[in-house]
Amino acid sequence: MEGLIQTIVLAPFVSVALLFLLRRQLPKSAAAVIGCGAVLVPFLCTVAAFFQFDGTPVTATLTQWMTGSVLNVPLAFRLDQLSLTWTLVVTGIGFLIHVYSVGYMHEDPSFVRFFTYLNLFVGSMLCLVLGDSMVLLFLGWEGVGLCSYLLIGFWFDEEENAKAGQKAFVVNRIGDLGFLVAMVLVFKQFGTLNIADVNAMAAAQAATLDPTLVTSIALALFVGCCGKSAQLPLYTWLPDAMAGPTPVSALIHAATMVTAGIYLVARMSIFFAMSPTASTVVAVVGCATALFAATIGLRQRDIKKVLAYSTVSQLGYMFLALGIGAYTAGVFHVITHAFFKALLFLGAGSVIHALHHEQDAMRMGGLKKYLPITHKTFLIGSLALAGIAPFAGFFSKDKILGAALYSHGLPQLLGVFGLITALMTAFYTFRLYALVFHGEERFGHGAHGHADHGAHADAGHGHGAHDHAKPHESPLTMTFPLMVLAVLAVLGGALSLPHFAHFDMLGKFLEPIFAPAYAVLGAPHEHSVAQELGAMLVSLVLAVGGAWYGFSKFSEGPGKQAEHSTKGLPFLLENKWFVDEIYNVLVVGPMRALSHLAGFFDRLVVDGLVNGVAGMVRSAGGWIRMMQNGALHTYALLFILGAAYLAIVLL
Amino acid sequence: MDPELATTIAFYVFALLAIAGSVGVVANKNPVASAMCLVATFVAVAGLYLTLSATFLAAVQILVYAGAIMVLFLFVIMLLNLSHETFEGISVRRTMGGAIAFAFIFISIGLLWGTGPKPGEAMSVRPGTGLEIGRTFLKDYVFPFEMASLLLLVAMIGAIVLARRPKLVGGDR
Amino acid sequence: MSVFHYYVVAAILFSIGAGGFLLRRNLLVMFMSVELMLNAANLCLVAASSSFDLARGSSFALVSIAVAAAEVGVGLAIIIAWFRLRPSVDAGDLQELRG
Repeated sequence: MEGLIQTIVLAPFVSVALLFLLRRQLPKSAAAVIGCGAVLVPFLCTVAAFFQFDGTPVTATLTQWMTGSVLNVPLAFRLDQLSLTWTLVVTGIGFLIHVYSVGYMHEDPSFVRFFTYLNLFVGSMLCLVLGDSMVLLFLGWEGVGLCSYLLIGFWFDEEENAKAGQKAFVVNRIGDLGFLVAMVLVFKQFGTLNIADVNAMAAAQAATLDPTLVTSIALALFVGCCGKSAQLPLYTWLPDAMAGPTPVSALIHAATMVTAGIYLVARMSIFFAMSPTASTVVAVVGCATALFAATIGLRQRDIKKVLAYSTVSQLGYMFLALGIGAYTAGVFHVITHAFFKALLFLGAGSVIHALHHEQDAMRMGGLKKYLPITHKTFLIGSLALAGIAPFAGFFSKDKILGAALYSHGLPQLLGVFGLITALMTAFYTFRLYALVFHGEERFGHGAHGHADHGAHADAGHGHGAHDHAKPHESPLTMTFPLMVLAVLAVLGGALSLPHFAHFDMLGKFLEPIFAPAYAVLGAPHEHSVAQELGAMLVSLVLAVGGAWYGFSKFSEGPGKQAEHSTKGLPFLLENKWFVDEIYNVLVVGPMRALSHLAGFFDRLVVDGLVNGVAGMVRSAGGWIRMMQNGALHTYALLFILGAAYLAIVLL
Repeated sequence: MDPELATTIAFYVFALLAIAGSVGVVANKNPVASAMCLVATFVAVAGLYLTLSATFLAAVQILVYAGAIMVLFLFVIMLLNLSHETFEGISVRRTMGGAIAFAFIFISIGLLWGTGPKPGEAMSVRPGTGLEIGRTFLKDYVFPFEMASLLLLVAMIGAIVLARRPKLVGGDR
Repeated sequence: MSVFHYYVVAAILFSIGAGGFLLRRNLLVMFMSVELMLNAANLCLVAASSSFDLARGSSFALVSIAVAAAEVGVGLAIIIAWFRLRPSVDAGDLQELRG
């Protein structure tokens, strides 16, 4: 078992080293085999570990990392129910996306570099998930942030992409500060950073711990989660992150990395359970993000941007679930979301690939007959995202909404907002589906002068000559992952059926993880069959209605939306509520001014001091250098005099 | 003869020989003669080791210093053809150097007098035989011992590289 | 004999070595003076070793001899290299390291 865990974590890193060292020697096929193998092996190991797992957490220690009198951090990895769930998702979906990337990136000159980064990402993510101490978790947390930066800016020869990478990195850094603060607070209070120990101690001292401290820790953690999981107000990097290659968007910015925040909250759920304030903040921020991002998604033109905002919105749902204490529902949504959002992104990638890097949904349409497999799988993904039964998204979303609606006070209100969000989600999902796959064919005529999105066509893919050829279905390496994910998106809901079906595998499996939190909160509320059915019916009606409306309105073509709107709400929505611009004015501008001021101070005072000291040293050196006349005897004389002096003084 | 007395006589003989030899090293104009005086000094110091009953070290001293090191010196002197006498002028600095060296003798003896052992103090007779030195090295100081051998290896390689003809240094690239 | 006598002999030897190093300009003789100083130090070590009834001083002296051998090898190689560059063993000609 320990060996399995070690293999899971080490395999991707070994592959990174191999790919990096042999980057010039390896042919693409070999790099693809190594890259995919380095995720397949951990996946198989995780499956094996899953079957060997008997309910008691297993810790595998590789070596001691930091040793000190107060802080001891072993390089140890801990497999329990939560990390096992996450590892399965990360490696399983990661493997499919690696396979997909082989097809998607096969003409890219930086193929090997891409797989190096991708494997580094998987390794960091596994370190994040499996790390048994907060330090290791943080290491993975930073590692995935770094890989995210590298992969968003993968085509760094375009300034936009490089800037998007930087934006993601900087915004994440704000969140990381919160995580660090939380870590310091935890260490100060508990004297250890081992997650299991911290959780156990917190649960044991639940009655005596200072509530302010608990709330501070929980909120600081949540700040970190806001950065990593793209919640208000730090979500702005995620839509820009779509500048990266599409498999990256699927792997990092939909299925795995952005769920790290959910993982952290779930991992430290005891702190959130003990602090009603923090939980409320989590729920409100989550709900607000869900609603806010959904409104922006309504009017986006770029196929990946729509999916990006829907990701932000779905992450909001997950935080809503965690905030109202429906931890299992939140984790469940992470899993189903990973299935269908990876599917949607990969489907979008397939479309983009077929259209030679065209991303504007207004320039698509009618692709149904050219891309049959992509079309079917994308439809399944859309149905799951919209939350239509019996696809995976329906069950997880219904769990969250049900838990919210049948509580009291604020969560109930949040549940209502959640329902509105669900309606909008269904609408924009099917708007996108209709725009891409139905209606008249709007691609191919003069579209390729479009500077924003078409420009990689030449950089990444060298076949400008067939620009006007008909789009063709992607190769099997790309469609195979689509089909597997489609199956998962259909069946994923079976992991945790509603209560009345008495089949809740996931809930049972995760029970030990959330038991301490529920011990504080009280057992989760059991709803009656009628209540559950009622909630399901309402959300289903809303989803079907939204989906039908979105599909019927856009199945003929974009209509008025083909033009950019110039006023009113649509204008605001199309420009994402101008949040980026507001941030630029309110945060980036003052920061820049401040840094100019600091730079001025630095040059004048700090550099002045430093240069002054240096000048003094230099002039002193000018004098002393006379002594170094190169004559051996002078040195010997001085040396012996010095030795004699020392002898006299010391003895 | 009384062993105590014999040791004393031997000490003075060897001490005088060592001092005379070292003066010869410094004072001779011909480097070959200096080298010969140095051999005498080394042998005398080996003798002093014997009076301390450090037999193993005395043997090593003869082997390494009088044998290997001096051969190397002479070899270099011959190789560079330096056996001719050199005249070195007298300068202020060199006079000062001589004075300091002379003063150094008295400083060190004075320091010894003040802080070191007194002349009358008795001495043990076990300065470490070969057996004990071997034990010390292979039990307590294995690592420094190995480092010393590594140092010798490095020095060997360094000497070869340095003394190689410059043409070869440039030519192997 | 007491250890003091040995120390005195060592001090005299050392001082003569130091004086030789300062007075002479022939690189080889300067080098020999260094060897004299090393010998003086070794003598001190061995004498101390016998006065304290320990083998450590002698062991140290042995290491010191090894170091001296290494030093001579490298030093003479440097002198040869220098001599090739400029046929002189006069330390007065060695002024390249002037600051």
